[in-house]
Amino acid sequence: MATPLKRADGPQSVPALLHRNATEYAKAPAYREKEYGIWQSWTWSQTRDEVEALALGLMELGIEEGDFVAVIGRNRPYLYWAMVAAQMTGAVPVPLYQDANAEEMAYVLNHCGARFVIVGDQEQVDKVIEVRDQLPDFERMIYLDPRGLRKYDHSKLDQYTAVQELGRKTRDQHLKEMEARQARLNYDSRGVMLYTSGTTGKPKGVVLSNRNIIETARSSSEFDNLRQTDDILAYLPMAWVGDFIFSVGQAMWTGFCTNCPESADTMHVDLREIGPTYYFAPPRVFETQLTNVMIRMEDASRFKKKLFDTFMAHARKVGPAILDGKKVSFADRAKYALGELMIYGPLKNTLGFSRVRVGYTAGEAIGPEIFDFYRSLGINLKQLYGQTEATVFITAQPDGEVRSDTVGVTCPGVELKIADNGEVFYRSPGVFVEYYKNPESTQSTKDAEGWVATGDAGFIEEETGHLRIIDRAKDVGQMADGRLFAPKYVENKLKFFPNILETVVFGNGREECTAFINIDLTAVGNWAERNNIGYASYQELARHPQVMDTIQSHVEQVNESVAQDEMLSGCQVHRFVVLHKELDADDGELTRTRKVRRKIIEEKYHDIITALYDGSDKVSTETEVTYEDGRKGSIKATLEVRDAKVWPTAQKMAAE
Amino acid sequence: MLDQTESYTTEDGRTIGPVVMEMKNITLRFGGVEAIKDISFDIREGEIRAIIGPNGAGKSSMLNVISGFYVPQEGEVWYKGSRRPPMKPYQVAEQGIARTFQNIALFEGMSVLDNVMTGRLTHMKTGMFWQSIWKGKAEREEIENREVAERIIDFLEIQAIRKTPVARLPYGLKKRVELARALAAEPTILLLDEPMAGMNVEEKEDMSRFILDVNDEFGTTIALIEHDMGVVMDLSDRVVVMDYGKKIGDGTPAEVRNNQDVIDAYLGVAHD
Repeated sequence: MATPLKRADGPQSVPALLHRNATEYAKAPAYREKEYGIWQSWTWSQTRDEVEALALGLMELGIEEGDFVAVIGRNRPYLYWAMVAAQMTGAVPVPLYQDANAEEMAYVLNHCGARFVIVGDQEQVDKVIEVRDQLPDFERMIYLDPRGLRKYDHSKLDQYTAVQELGRKTRDQHLKEMEARQARLNYDSRGVMLYTSGTTGKPKGVVLSNRNIIETARSSSEFDNLRQTDDILAYLPMAWVGDFIFSVGQAMWTGFCTNCPESADTMHVDLREIGPTYYFAPPRVFETQLTNVMIRMEDASRFKKKLFDTFMAHARKVGPAILDGKKVSFADRAKYALGELMIYGPLKNTLGFSRVRVGYTAGEAIGPEIFDFYRSLGINLKQLYGQTEATVFITAQPDGEVRSDTVGVTCPGVELKIADNGEVFYRSPGVFVEYYKNPESTQSTKDAEGWVATGDAGFIEEETGHLRIIDRAKDVGQMADGRLFAPKYVENKLKFFPNILETVVFGNGREECTAFINIDLTAVGNWAERNNIGYASYQELARHPQVMDTIQSHVEQVNESVAQDEMLSGCQVHRFVVLHKELDADDGELTRTRKVRRKIIEEKYHDIITALYDGSDKVSTETEVTYEDGRKGSIKATLEVRDAKVWPTAQKMAAE
Repeated sequence: MLDQTESYTTEDGRTIGPVVMEMKNITLRFGGVEAIKDISFDIREGEIRAIIGPNGAGKSSMLNVISGFYVPQEGEVWYKGSRRPPMKPYQVAEQGIARTFQNIALFEGMSVLDNVMTGRLTHMKTGMFWQSIWKGKAEREEIENREVAERIIDFLEIQAIRKTPVARLPYGLKKRVELARALAAEPTILLLDEPMAGMNVEEKEDMSRFILDVNDEFGTTIALIEHDMGVVMDLSDRVVVMDYGKKIGDGTPAEVRNNQDVIDAYLGVAHD
């Protein structure tokens, strides 16, 4: 039931959208950033002037059509402008993950052959300088924050404002050429290139055309009724496709305002001050916020606690129904209204969600309790399913049809099909153009008819048309006796416990499943404090017998619930260890978007895995760790291997 | 030896200016105890000058003489080319000398921002009358000064704790807030009394970075007392070494490191 693909009339490129906004919404705020304690804002017409000045400066520096311009830094209006400025000159912006280390950065910069690099501050400048020898195409770097850079050799380095100044001075020389370049941009020209986080192997450069960006922005904005007066908070990595589509695509399409926090640490305060109407966060953020609320309520006075518990119980009962516009009795509505006044309203205000009209979460499964908590408060939190190759949107939950266990129905213009092995395929106007300099991968991902493999296994619910995702298709395997092995399914169930931060389940081709578990330092640390349990380090807390007992009970609860599912009951965790260190992206164990890299973990911790399967109750291990500045060290530990109780499946006999 | 009015350029490209402050034959006594015995040294514009020495060597007393808190019995303090008469500490502060304390001296109940704003007090001229009326002159002044304070907050990366009462902050951050307050006064000379005492390695690295950045960005002259020899040797341009109230060494870190008296004072030699 996909709507026919048609070209939107009107602007065919992001710069064209900017020009439209600068005329139509000239005085409306386009970007805000908190700096020096005050929200500074720029209207759409000011934004155009700033972007144009930078673009003209880039022209003077010799930027060519088709060049790639790397953009690295935290979310700041200036860097969003840098991306649009690059597009104005016919170049293609390539946002990079700012927390990538120098080698990762070298790979990407080399792969796209960026001549110009626009960065936020000294940290990024240093990283690029460190790998400059490996970058034959590199020519100039432009930086935003001059702090600490005064003494640097400026032969290949310019300050952002200096480039803008240069642009303003040489405006007459370059304006004609720049306008001609902009006129040549159309739906088929490259709009942006985004690197995938690389769960497997090297990152791949996903090229998105202006069609991908604008069509997706248009249809998704219409799907959720986004308005020109909306506000979003841009705090997720600029290199992530979601941020690009929300803060550039949709912002340009609907003309709403993008707000940038003062620094990563002030995100929560800034969130409260802005009170976004359109908000996106990965499940982890919602989880952390809920954990914080619960911890603080534990410390509240008895009266307040009672009030909170009473009204939250009521909210859980009727809140989601009210939000979905279902029938709710007058008495319940009245009590909910009282709760809104006493608890929900103030709580939402504290969390910064008072004005949220559309909230999304995606990327990982979200715990049903967490999801329901926010919905019961009256926050319209929904799930979507997407990936870089689809320009984000594949499926999303429409208002009124929101559940925690599905990822929604197909977005406008998207078609879905499920392959025999359960893998989900889609086709849409958002489907990417190609992987840059990698035709083999492009071919293996996208077939001639435009169908793209998601790499995820799932099925479509017949009654509702909602898509449900089970696991990564390549991770779904078989146990030695042929039963289905879906590690993510079990891991998600485990991670729904606040005490468990991360977990990896093993069992492909084996007799039984086992697991690595990372404790959540905030939750477990708080528990330890409450119970007067002293600990000197993460490692010590992780191996505390009482912590081990708690984790064991969590594992057993999960086993019990997994046993209910006939298809997946083989995935019960028989043995587990609590790891002595947190899995970390710096050690290559997680991707930058915090997804588990199974292969690497399996290789790195093979000794622990052996212990999980050979029946020993202890294992000594030494692990190499990488510090934030790139130095390496190692941690030695002896880990306890525990057995967890497993449950028989009721239907097991019948299944065999 | 360089002339007092000459400038020179360091290896890493910083310009060190002429002498801005000079201590001439300072002697400080508390009753019968001579805390400082006939010490002379100078501080040049734009340099990072360290004062080191074992416990009880008289380092903090020396800093207190510079900041005007103690008035030496003998000797002269020359500042910006003229002899400084005995003054009250606030008068010294008005002359552009700001300091931090060994045992943090912040207003614990006030927010970080308010603490930093107190550093601006010497720059605020409106009297009680205008401040109580608020609108007009006092408000304008507050806004101007708040902006300076905010720039310092941004510089030291403490935005996230701007509104947090100081009492709730961990030790390392309090030290940073104290630095912020001292910087808010936009001093010519910044005195740091053991800025890194009691910090862990990471906090020390951060603080060292900030000290270098302050010196680099604002060209502030810095005199500091510090126990961590690694830090002192890395940060400072010149070092004064004190022991038992006497100056036993003065020069670049390399010179001081090879000075036999200094080695004796630190490694311990029987005093007879």
